[in-house]
Amino acid sequence: MSELRELYQSVILDHNKRPRNFGEPPNADHSADGDNPLCGDKITVHVAVKDDVVTEVGFVGEGCAISTASASLMTEAVKGLGVDEVERLFGKFHALVTSSPQSEPAIGGLGKLQVFAGVREFPMRVKCATLGWHTLRAALEGTDRTVSTE
Amino acid sequence: MTFDPERARRDFPILAHKVHGKPLVFLDSAASAQKPECVIEAVSDVYRSCYANIERGVYELSLRATDAVEAARCKIADFLGAPESREVIFVRNATEAINLVARTYARQHVGEGDEILVTHMEHHANIVPWQMLCEETGARLRVAPIDDRGQLLLEEFAKLVTPRTKLVAVAHISNALGTINPVEEIVRIAREHGAPVLVDGAQAVPHQRVDVAGLGCDFYVFSGHKVFGPSGVGVLWGRAELLEAMPPFMGGGSMIRSVTFEKSTYQGIPHKFEAGTPDIAGIVGLGAAIDYVSGLGLDAIAAHERDLLIYATNALEAVPGLRLIGTAERKAAVISFVLEGAHPHDIGTILDLEGIAVRTGHHCAQPVMDRFGVPATARASFALYNSRADVDALVAGLEKVREVFA
Repeated sequence: MSELRELYQSVILDHNKRPRNFGEPPNADHSADGDNPLCGDKITVHVAVKDDVVTEVGFVGEGCAISTASASLMTEAVKGLGVDEVERLFGKFHALVTSSPQSEPAIGGLGKLQVFAGVREFPMRVKCATLGWHTLRAALEGTDRTVSTE
Repeated sequence: MTFDPERARRDFPILAHKVHGKPLVFLDSAASAQKPECVIEAVSDVYRSCYANIERGVYELSLRATDAVEAARCKIADFLGAPESREVIFVRNATEAINLVARTYARQHVGEGDEILVTHMEHHANIVPWQMLCEETGARLRVAPIDDRGQLLLEEFAKLVTPRTKLVAVAHISNALGTINPVEEIVRIAREHGAPVLVDGAQAVPHQRVDVAGLGCDFYVFSGHKVFGPSGVGVLWGRAELLEAMPPFMGGGSMIRSVTFEKSTYQGIPHKFEAGTPDIAGIVGLGAAIDYVSGLGLDAIAAHERDLLIYATNALEAVPGLRLIGTAERKAAVISFVLEGAHPHDIGTILDLEGIAVRTGHHCAQPVMDRFGVPATARASFALYNSRADVDALVAGLEKVREVFA
């Protein structure tokens, strides 16, 4: 059961039940759709960018607890960050969830996002944890393309 | 001799394994079934004692391998109630069989303005090949609707069969809903307008007796891996006169009679459709799988699974917040469900930690998910080796899911 508690931490369950920044922010000027065709998760991320800084961010969609909580916590983490800082944060997050479960998790600079360290034990769920992030990056690139985890 | 599921279970070595420290409870046989010892032995025995390429050598080993493949063909013809063994074509899987018919028979007979009729409960394998054909030919794909229980609306289906209908393609049993389709009725209606019927039997052959002559259909396809045989081998059965009139599917060795740079001539059936070296050991393994289920008795297997379906349906309906997707009156032991507050993907992960393997997602049937307004379901599918204890484990596992997402 310890792996289970590690994956479904209370922060994740809370953000799944009550996702933050759920909806389209009023001044959003970029958006992108993302999907995970394997499990049917779908998400749209909306952002407003001013002077290369993410001033507003929100998401809509439906998915599993991991993808919903990840998108929710992501929106909290990236608001107010520069676009290049978002990219660096994604790099750290991606490195965390794809690192070996045997290694010490590198959680430096991740803040609340470190609750996703448990995903390392579940390679099939990495796509869930990163769907929101990939979609956000597509929105920031300004390309209105659909990103897919497949 | 009565059917003993515990004894059958011991025939499958993998079921003795543990997953995450828990005994394996395998409830995903609709995706792919596990293999009994006799199939594993048959495959390895080909490589140990009679392996060589078929239809080629004059030497003893090649003859033995050829005989083994042809013996499997005869077993499958008997198993399906097919009039002749040459009507049995070996392919990779049901998907390839459907594509073969789409690319040969349908290419010959379907043109602009013609229609292919499927049902709303089809697997993607029985949708996409027809869509591709429609794109190429200007034909139209029509879809017969289903009701809220996941049953084909036969009257609506009948209205959609017209002289424009050049082929009807239906699942014998729905992989996502478990619905058993009234194939005899479907064939009768299609016949009135002269439309041939292809039946996707991938979910049917492991679970009930199939008789293609009795069904009256024109093509019947299935995958070996779902009927406890090896993956990589499947079967297309077709009526001889249709197969004979069809052009070849793939060109290459084995399917030719003579080749010159000016022109090649082709073999008769079945070899016309079997270009290249097939999965020789896989075919022999499939023959062993057919012997295995025939030995246990398809009627006994069906009765056992019927008991499991009723037991599991009652047990799952008692789980608070659980909704069954697919409640057809005639149903196979496939149970799709959603659970309030828990996404199927999360259900799958939590059950996995309990050693329980279920499928989660859209089950390669996205239109079915759309029809029921769900992005995905969890699906428990049962086979001859499952028992009531597996159902009890599933229900206990779902209790854990409810604890996490309370």
